[in-house]
Amino acid sequence: MSVVVDRDTRLCVSGITGREGTFHSLNNRRYGTAVVSGVTPGKGGQELEGIPVFDTFREAVAASEANTAMIFVPPPFAADSILEAADAGITTIIAITEGIPAHDELRVYTQLKRTPAVRLIGPNCPGVLSPGKANVGIIPAAFFREGNVGVVSRSGTLTYQVGNELAQRGFGNSSIVGIGGDPVPGSSFVDIIALFEADPETELIMMSGEIGGSGEEEAAEYIDQYVSKPVIAYIAGFTAPPGKTMGHAGAIVSGTHGTAAAKAAALEAHGVRVGRTPTEIADIAAEILAS
Amino acid sequence: MDLLEYQGKQLLARHGIPVPKGRVAANSEDAVAAANEIGYPCAIKAQVQIGGRGKLGGIKIAANEAQAREHASAILGMDIRGLTVHELWIEGASSIASEYYASVVLDRTAKAALVMLSTRGGMDIEQVAEETPEAIASLHVDPLFGFQPFHARRLAYEARVDRDVVGPVGAFLGALYRTFIEEEAMLVEVNPLVVTPERDVVALDAKVTLDDNALYRHPDNAGLRDLSAEDPQERMAKERHLVYVKLDGDIGILGNGAGLVMSTLDVVAQHGGKPANFLDAGGGAKAEAITAAVEVILSDPKVKAVLFNIFGGITRCDEVARGLIEAFAQIEPAVPFVVRLDGTNGVEGRELLKSAALSNVHAADTMNEAAALVVELAS
Repeated sequence: MSVVVDRDTRLCVSGITGREGTFHSLNNRRYGTAVVSGVTPGKGGQELEGIPVFDTFREAVAASEANTAMIFVPPPFAADSILEAADAGITTIIAITEGIPAHDELRVYTQLKRTPAVRLIGPNCPGVLSPGKANVGIIPAAFFREGNVGVVSRSGTLTYQVGNELAQRGFGNSSIVGIGGDPVPGSSFVDIIALFEADPETELIMMSGEIGGSGEEEAAEYIDQYVSKPVIAYIAGFTAPPGKTMGHAGAIVSGTHGTAAAKAAALEAHGVRVGRTPTEIADIAAEILAS
Repeated sequence: MDLLEYQGKQLLARHGIPVPKGRVAANSEDAVAAANEIGYPCAIKAQVQIGGRGKLGGIKIAANEAQAREHASAILGMDIRGLTVHELWIEGASSIASEYYASVVLDRTAKAALVMLSTRGGMDIEQVAEETPEAIASLHVDPLFGFQPFHARRLAYEARVDRDVVGPVGAFLGALYRTFIEEEAMLVEVNPLVVTPERDVVALDAKVTLDDNALYRHPDNAGLRDLSAEDPQERMAKERHLVYVKLDGDIGILGNGAGLVMSTLDVVAQHGGKPANFLDAGGGAKAEAITAAVEVILSDPKVKAVLFNIFGGITRCDEVARGLIEAFAQIEPAVPFVVRLDGTNGVEGRELLKSAALSNVHAADTMNEAAALVVELAS
């Protein structure tokens, strides 16, 4: 078992004919993901190394029975592409695109909330990797292997850093889910933690958060009430000054709100152990898994 | 992007929100001319993004030309909590019967726009929220349904604004929401929103934050600048399309990916060091980007040592190594570098660096080791 993507994933890539879209689609296929189709308006009828390209998601879904979409189109077209995928009956949408306007994300979020069967991961995320099963996105799969730690993270490279430290200690992952660093993410920590709680393969849940927003605080309360598995957390940005956006559109301390210290305190108050560095969190994980 | 008061007011005015007549001035002569044109009494206001600038001497009322000249020259160049005043906003002084508060903000928790109205204007709204939460009326707006006139009435009645201005305050809120949506703002705040003795409703201050990701759709807004907040390194980085934030320490930092860079700052601080900057070279950084990044980091004269922390995913460590070698050939840095390369093509990258044998470049195997070493080298 795993979450979000697995051996049943049938992937359709929006923006498959673009440079990055092509590179990562083929990369995902090499890993074993069933990449069944692509969408690029105006390029319907073409093929990418045997993957059929369609003008619309409706055609792609009808012809290839895709159930998952990966969004790789530039920011001005990304919100529309997400909504098109949902309209065509795709139920898992993973949006890699960085730089989508917040108001577009707000409208997308509100619309998708009305169709609860659809799950959006991202935008501005590295995707989802279920080691040994499927990789959808840009996570370098070579650093991860199958195991029982479920990882949910707002940041890509930080996930690789933490994941690598875990791997060096001999542990693998059920799934690694990047929820992205934008102000209005499609899925929250709570959404993904709920999936890991229900996933029989996952024995430890590790969340990797950062400054800005209140997703970590909401997760803390949820974990306390609904999660029976051990959860540990790493938070980045203890030394970030207020009022400055730290790379991710969503990573900003506004006044006293959204600080790493407040997030760590909220998590610890609800029984979640928090690591102050990637090494520390990997040590905590190893300690729990050994016991 | 945070706007200055006058930039925010001009934006509000475009959407039909009444603001006092005013003009911007960058020197005392212009300020006096503006004051003469607007008439006395007038307010002379420092244009910096600091709350409470009035209490710090950044806002003065001038009753005549001599006072206008005196206040303008006193405020220009003034340092307000680390920001230098480069611009003034001169506007007609308003008579005030009541001070209210109104705002629209993107509420990240609710994932919706939050509209707030209070009759406790002129105060810090966070303080009002803490001390008298019942004095704030608020509601979330579904972006696909929009802000309706009944929403405005509900807020005005719940906030208990004076009954004779329920209509104008409601219209004000409608225009404020329109500004928020049409300009793609993250925050539009008016504090105070004043009711004059003539019962007009006017925005006396404006705090507007625009979404950087949406600026491509708003070319007029993209050109708005705030000289007081612009730092030379940040400007240089922007021109080179690098994500850079100036901090006040002496250890230059470069990493790939926002989360990893934030984490690097924390680890350096944990080892007792003070980072000079945040710099995210981004996913898939090529050699030229690395050279540009080194130039930006070293243009900060406070930097005594530099830490490169790369965990390659899309980014390839050999590219980073090549960029660094190129940068050294061009710039010949005087400060030591600590380089940690791991992940995609890490072995190749480390080999390249080793055979280039750059003077003053130290390799480290882990993030912790790298942080400890760079702190030692900087002290």
